[in-house]
Amino acid sequence: MLSIRRELHDKIVAHARADHPDEACGVIAGPAGSDRPGRFIPMMNAERSPTFYRFDSMEQFQVWKEMDDRDEEPVVIYHSHTATEAYPSRTDISYASEPNAHYVLVSTRAPDTTDFRSFRIVDDVVTEEPVELAGA
Amino acid sequence: MAIEVRIPTILRTYTDGAKQVEGAGSTLAELIEDIDAKHSGLRDRLVADGGLRRFVNVYLNDEDVRFLGGLETPLKDGDTVTVLPAVAGGAA
Repeated sequence: MLSIRRELHDKIVAHARADHPDEACGVIAGPAGSDRPGRFIPMMNAERSPTFYRFDSMEQFQVWKEMDDRDEEPVVIYHSHTATEAYPSRTDISYASEPNAHYVLVSTRAPDTTDFRSFRIVDDVVTEEPVELAGA
Repeated sequence: MAIEVRIPTILRTYTDGAKQVEGAGSTLAELIEDIDAKHSGLRDRLVADGGLRRFVNVYLNDEDVRFLGGLETPLKDGDTVTVLPAVAGGAA
């Protein structure tokens, strides 16, 4: 299960809406081993594409180094699908490289509602998990 | 001559869980051969068809080796090489 503060959920949705129709992407870092998402880090989509995302390699290096220095890890890795459902595509599965992360997908294809779902992706196997929004 | 190589979580199965290993070589290609000799299988996760895999980022100190010289990037004692899988995907 992904337990995430409502404020962080809202930030992911706002980022996805702001970048629509391009895919938005980012990370929520948390203390290593805690499984608690805490620090919201929106990332550039270096591809600036409605069907693909990739973190900019230098931005990723800086962010990963900073997490390492703070003894954090990427608890959540999120991105949006802007014309399809919030479910990992074959591309998402083949590039999933953080076995400990919650992969959050949001879909902005409907103008008024945003689907928000979370998955584990380990060794090409996708497992959906419930999302619990914690208060405040 | 020792070069520190930082290994991402997903590749630590090849290093018995170690976050970093030491290697040697005067180029990135030589370094990868050297660490593959001790941690068999690493090379194939980094290199394909004679070049770096497209969705693996390799950094020499603070720079992406793609902007330096790829596998031919020269290395020297005391350098740090960091491997990070690219974070990528999308609906396509």
